[in-house]
Amino acid sequence: MATGDRDRVVEQTQGATTERSASRVLSGVAVAITLLVLSPLAWLVLRAGEMDAARAIELLTSQTTIEVTANTIVLVGSVTLLSAFVGVPLAILTVQTDLPFRRFWTVTSALPLVVPSYIGAFAFVSAFGPQGHLSDLLAPLGVDQIPAIYGLPGATLVLTLFTYPYIFLTTRAALLSFDGTIVEAARSLNHTRWEAFKRVTLPQILPGIAGGGLLVALYTLGDFGTPSIMKYDVFTRMIFNEFGARRIDYAAVLSWLLLAMAVVILAIESRIEAGRDGAYVSRGARRPGEIKLGVWKLPATLFCGAVATLGLALPIAILLQWLVRGGVGYSGAGRPFELGFAWNSLTVAAAAAAVSVVVALPLAYLAARGDSRISSLPDRLSYVGYAVPGVVLGLALVFLSLKYVPFVYNTVFLLVFAYVVRFMPQAVGTTKSSLLQVDPSYVEAARSLGYPPLTAFRKVVLPLVAPGIAAGGALVFLTTMKELPATLMLRPLGFETFVTYIWRVQESGYYGQAAVPALVLVAVSGLSMLVILGREQQNGA
Amino acid sequence: MEPDIDTRNTTAAFDSVESAVDDPSATVVELDGITREYGAETAVDDLSLSVNDGELLTLLGPSGCGKTTTLRMVAGLERPSGGSIQIEERAVADGSTFRKPEERNVGIVFQDYALFPHLNVAENIAFGLRDADSHEADERVTELLELVDLTDHREKMPSKLSGGQQQRVALARSLAPEPDVLLLDEPFSNLDVRLRVEMREEVRKILKRAGVTAISVTHDQEEALSISDRVAIMNDGTIEQVGDPAEVFENPESRFVASFLGQASFLSARVAGDDIETGMGTFRTGRLNGPVEAYNGATVDVLVRPDDLRAIPTAESTADGYVTQRQYNGPSFVYRVKLHSGDVVHCLHNHSESFEPGEPVEIDLTADHPLAWYPTE
Repeated sequence: MATGDRDRVVEQTQGATTERSASRVLSGVAVAITLLVLSPLAWLVLRAGEMDAARAIELLTSQTTIEVTANTIVLVGSVTLLSAFVGVPLAILTVQTDLPFRRFWTVTSALPLVVPSYIGAFAFVSAFGPQGHLSDLLAPLGVDQIPAIYGLPGATLVLTLFTYPYIFLTTRAALLSFDGTIVEAARSLNHTRWEAFKRVTLPQILPGIAGGGLLVALYTLGDFGTPSIMKYDVFTRMIFNEFGARRIDYAAVLSWLLLAMAVVILAIESRIEAGRDGAYVSRGARRPGEIKLGVWKLPATLFCGAVATLGLALPIAILLQWLVRGGVGYSGAGRPFELGFAWNSLTVAAAAAAVSVVVALPLAYLAARGDSRISSLPDRLSYVGYAVPGVVLGLALVFLSLKYVPFVYNTVFLLVFAYVVRFMPQAVGTTKSSLLQVDPSYVEAARSLGYPPLTAFRKVVLPLVAPGIAAGGALVFLTTMKELPATLMLRPLGFETFVTYIWRVQESGYYGQAAVPALVLVAVSGLSMLVILGREQQNGA
Repeated sequence: MEPDIDTRNTTAAFDSVESAVDDPSATVVELDGITREYGAETAVDDLSLSVNDGELLTLLGPSGCGKTTTLRMVAGLERPSGGSIQIEERAVADGSTFRKPEERNVGIVFQDYALFPHLNVAENIAFGLRDADSHEADERVTELLELVDLTDHREKMPSKLSGGQQQRVALARSLAPEPDVLLLDEPFSNLDVRLRVEMREEVRKILKRAGVTAISVTHDQEEALSISDRVAIMNDGTIEQVGDPAEVFENPESRFVASFLGQASFLSARVAGDDIETGMGTFRTGRLNGPVEAYNGATVDVLVRPDDLRAIPTAESTADGYVTQRQYNGPSFVYRVKLHSGDVVHCLHNHSESFEPGEPVEIDLTADHPLAWYPTE
């Protein structure tokens, strides 16, 4: 077969000049979208230009800055490391051993991801805090002091429990795509099972572990809710507080540092990605033989059970307990939950999803079919969504809008725009991957049967990518519902959603009132996980 | 297949491509000097070709020879850098015009069939019937399902069909709007070997019944020789030879064509008057397929294929050479023989005639057809 011909052809298929101009329009649209999405970052740059150099250096080298930087690095490092120690063994146990009830443990190991970390933190504080349930429970037994939940230990514990599934899932994927015959080859070359694991399996799954680890690191770096609840000073919490105190210069300086760290993490990620050639490629049908756990069966099961209890059963039990238990500290004072809040959440999320899907289509098309430098824009763009934490985005948009477009400030439009910037990359991703699965010859076939390009796209491509587009929209919708910091910073006055309501009752300590919205958000996250898993299954088939 | 039409009168070696083209009055597709460049690289180089009404012409060549690009230029999926293309005497591509694929009335059967996965068999076939009302479309679909013998699969989704069935649906879909010309891109490459042979016959039958003019592309010589009315051998962006399959096979006009078809060996021979002297004996020049007088005293290379030769075990003293390798193909052996003169030839024997490598052999020229030859390079 003339493979060479075909590849070239796919790259070069630019028939008539009308098509060329059409692709130019497409590129123009993509560039415009990119600029718009990058505009919040532009504010940070502008801000830097305005600031006096001496003042900037003073702020950068202040005692607080150094402490906060150290805190952040320690938190990111410890959460990532701990997550690997939890996630990797779980992945190996559920994929490669004779662990009893493997399917069950697979599900419970992935599920903690559905608990938004700030809700988890909230639940843990309510249970383990100074006046928490646990101390109430233990007081009659003579235990009057339990370890402090606040600060670094609490933040590390909570973030690890709710983010280790990233490492679990990527490691699991690496193990599953791993060709078992390679292990058999190693064993035929006189390696014991353990040696084969060390010399063959581990190097192959290392990129998977690292990929998950970097997701954990990025999440931890950008997470605002957990450190705030745990009263641990990291960049996000400081930026939010400085913003509240209207000390914008300092907030901006901290934002640069935060972004710089995100860039470093992404740079490491892309280096690992580049070195990944050769890993992941083998798609052998054969599984490596099961590892017999023997006497380790019970400890392994207990380990899985302990993680599931802490990451899943406990937070949900606490939320349910809030629901049924009344009394002081649980309900009463404060503003009760109103249906209107739910409606607000749903409408902004739906608007963000709709805009994202529409904007994502041209970007995804360009990324999937494009042949120019512009076609890689969407991929770079997705980094913005991952790298810019909600607090930084919120801060940038508040001041950008006040300065240049004051009429959008304090409106839902600004809020929706923030969501689109942060979450649209998810829609680009799913749309792009489904476009990539559509054979370019479908369009050629339709055209040879008499349909002009746009009609061919509508009749053949669109029906095939519709599920991908829908999944992208659903993901944006669901993640928007959970978004905390940008929502807090950008919502119009008096505009309450699930998230802002939870935050308010958390601050005032009326746990019981948070039960319903918190459970709704957990369910919402669960749904988004189902969407992702459903896509994976479809793509795998 | 067409009978062997008087190949002996066709002059060998230096014939131009154009002279092999038949009656131009019935031409459906006319390529005139088309060229396709990608930057500095030329994929198709000043290629001319006519395809006649109702015939099945195959572009045959190694990968990268430009055959797929040529097909895509006919389809309008690729724009020529130079030259012109006419379909039914209407220019579809030249310096000033370029008709898009949807304006050309060509049908394409893609290598991977490109059946629309969201439409069932009938909907796929009806896809190109844009102007027909639903009743007409239904009738046409029925007609085509009968043609390709898939009447029972009307409502099935493409994914539920076997490879051979998918191919027939693809064929029916492209035939439905009655294209002026049907293009087939490596149509059998996605089928397993056994099915491939069966589908070749089947597809040829369907095309002939539909009476459509067709151009197919392949790198598989057996496929090209067995299904085509004419084959065009391509190399490096140009056509080396066009003609009836048997004619092309027996009288390759260039060394490339000769070496591309069959398991060719070249036997160096010195022309001495009416005799030619080779490493396996002396023959009369009459065994060659054209006048060789001009080369008297010089050496030429004679094309010999395994079925033209026989090896006979003999004593060391009378041997022409010895067996160096034995290739077992089931029903037959092909022996590689190294001649004392240095040439290497291949001999075809049935499976019962077994020689060992190293055995000294004498080589007999058993061919009952004139042998093609080329001036030594």
